[in-house]
Amino acid sequence: MLKIKNLYATVEGKEILKGINLEIQEGEVHAIMGPNGSGKSTLANVLAGHNNYKVTQGEIIFEGKNIFDLSVEERAKEGIFLAFQYPVEIPGVTNYSFLKTALNEIRKQNNLEEIDSKEFMDLLNKKMKILDMDDVFIQRSVNQGFSGGEKKRNEILQLLMLEPKLALLDETDSGLDIDALKIVSNGVNVFRNKNNAVLAVTHYQRLLNYIVPDFVHVLSKGRIIKSGGKELALELEEKGYDWIKG
Amino acid sequence: MSEKDNKIIKDLTDNEYKWGFVTDIESESFPKGLDENTVRLLSQKKGEPEWMTEWRLKAFHAWLKMKEPRWANLKIPPYDYQDLRYYSAPVKKEKLESLSQVDPELLKTFEKLGVPIQEQKRLAGVAVDAVFDSVSVATTFRESLAEKGIIFCPISEAIKEYPDLIKKYLGSVVPYNDNFYATLNSAVFSDGSFVYIPNDVECPMELSTYFRINAQETGQFERTLIIAEEGSYVSYLEGCTAPIRDENQLHAAVVELIALDNAEIKYSTVQNWYPGDKEGKGGIYNFVTKRGICKGKNSKISWSQVETGSAITWKYPACILKGENSVGEFYSVAITNNFQQADTGTKMIHLGKNSKSTIVSKGISVGYSNNSYRGLVKVHKNADNARNFSQCDSMLIGDKCGAHTFPYLEVDNNTAIVEHEATTSKVSDDQIFYLNQRGISTEDAVNMIVNGFCKDVFNKLPMEFAAEAQKLLSISLEGSVG
Repeated sequence: MLKIKNLYATVEGKEILKGINLEIQEGEVHAIMGPNGSGKSTLANVLAGHNNYKVTQGEIIFEGKNIFDLSVEERAKEGIFLAFQYPVEIPGVTNYSFLKTALNEIRKQNNLEEIDSKEFMDLLNKKMKILDMDDVFIQRSVNQGFSGGEKKRNEILQLLMLEPKLALLDETDSGLDIDALKIVSNGVNVFRNKNNAVLAVTHYQRLLNYIVPDFVHVLSKGRIIKSGGKELALELEEKGYDWIKG
Repeated sequence: MSEKDNKIIKDLTDNEYKWGFVTDIESESFPKGLDENTVRLLSQKKGEPEWMTEWRLKAFHAWLKMKEPRWANLKIPPYDYQDLRYYSAPVKKEKLESLSQVDPELLKTFEKLGVPIQEQKRLAGVAVDAVFDSVSVATTFRESLAEKGIIFCPISEAIKEYPDLIKKYLGSVVPYNDNFYATLNSAVFSDGSFVYIPNDVECPMELSTYFRINAQETGQFERTLIIAEEGSYVSYLEGCTAPIRDENQLHAAVVELIALDNAEIKYSTVQNWYPGDKEGKGGIYNFVTKRGICKGKNSKISWSQVETGSAITWKYPACILKGENSVGEFYSVAITNNFQQADTGTKMIHLGKNSKSTIVSKGISVGYSNNSYRGLVKVHKNADNARNFSQCDSMLIGDKCGAHTFPYLEVDNNTAIVEHEATTSKVSDDQIFYLNQRGISTEDAVNMIVNGFCKDVFNKLPMEFAAEAQKLLSISLEGSVG
């Protein structure tokens, strides 16, 4: 599904990614772990196409297509979804209209008609139940006044509604207490199927107790320096990142 | 709601000012210039009684001694008031008996503008007074309104048919010598709407006036007078457009509202005068005086405005809260793009005990434009327990535009509570990225963010107007993101 070949990227002239190689197949969950400043979030943002990040070398092939020239929204419509570390607030725009607009953009891409209101509400209620979200949420402004946990839940709700092919989770566990972590992780597990994939970027191993990865990659100074199975995460937790860097 | 808006927005993306056409119609107009004779001639043309002519002349002489106000945060080029025609009207064949006798060109014009002046095509029960240049060309639903005792007619007719009401109320809220533009209007106003709602009548439909400037080198000076008797209610809508022309055209209107005991007037405007082109050439000068008086106890006046047009806007809809427990409201969205300038806001004058006012102003500046909020809250010494809440928010799109807030507070009663909140925000790149990442284009994203910003005000607009306002907003925002 995703092939990253020798990827270099800079932000404000500073090279952050220095030759990333990674391949993700349908049905897989990959975790990218690494110390602060190793380039984890940069990788997620580069894949999403953020303007502040410049790809200077290498290729990103998504579903057999080089996405270098695709804009952020085109990539989104192709099925790349980024669950934000810090979701932004959009005052005055209800979650309802935001989610419906986004869903219809994706549907349009897939030559589907706009979803009717009844069908949309049924779908939304179903997904909200998975995340234990209250009804009032629908009419609240996007992320405005949300607690850290609510914002993260909202990200996963969008994931469940939009059903992308590839979910990039950027530090989705940060700022969550254990109950919220379980709910959010459960949401991601509900999303998972044999046709989609997850790339979870995380500093801590604890997320991976709930979203069990097939592969774990350790990122350091812009390079993947070690890859392994889920047990690698546990080893890291125990020994710290210095173990691997040394 | 929003997915529909976005569709509308998409439909309109290749549009600039789409109301900029000119109607080819034979019209009769005065030569350029303004003197005492012009005023007399105008009054005569309209078949006015002597007292009206005298009133106009009094205003004209006062005007001669006045100067244009220069305190606003606006750059107004010198304007030659002699280089203007003060009357232009489509030539009438004979006296009109019914709408079917209205010139088909005129009907077509209003049809093109989406204004329902043919009653059979009634839209959500809105009665319309259509004003074309200096005259009212059609007023719909007059008979059915008359059954309830409601008067809805061109003001030129009201002067002849209801002289007592006109004498009593015209100039009672905005005196003939109020300010430069209002005084000019008092001297030369040509038409406008007159509304009278009798005791305890709730007006069964929205009343609406649609103003259209068509003729070249002509000013539009309309006058609106709305009287809501005790216990009555009326919701009034005002819309306006003009053709695209290179020169700046003057629009100097006066609106007076009078609400008696327990009466409520809701006045909504979607101002969409031609704003000038991208280089700032042409466009309407919109210098308007709007004022309402809550004369009776428990009366209420609510102004809602969406200001998207005009090259320059100078406008401060005001409420004089004279009655005990009276309520004044002002909800405003003002958007300026390219080289537009707006200095707009409100005045809330608290005279009565327990009077309350709410001000919510949303200013959006785009391009090279300049957008100022100017508001006065004045609490008179007798206005015990007066309350005001003001919220003034500005949003900037790009870094070449300006947003300014000038709140004035004059409080002479220490039981009054006056609150003022102000914010300035930008459409942030993070917000755009977030929405883009959900498959929403940048243009739609900006529209969504700005619509959200204006939501508190849009919620106050009548239904059809809210949709219209959102459409206009998207057009005004066009090209705001590169």
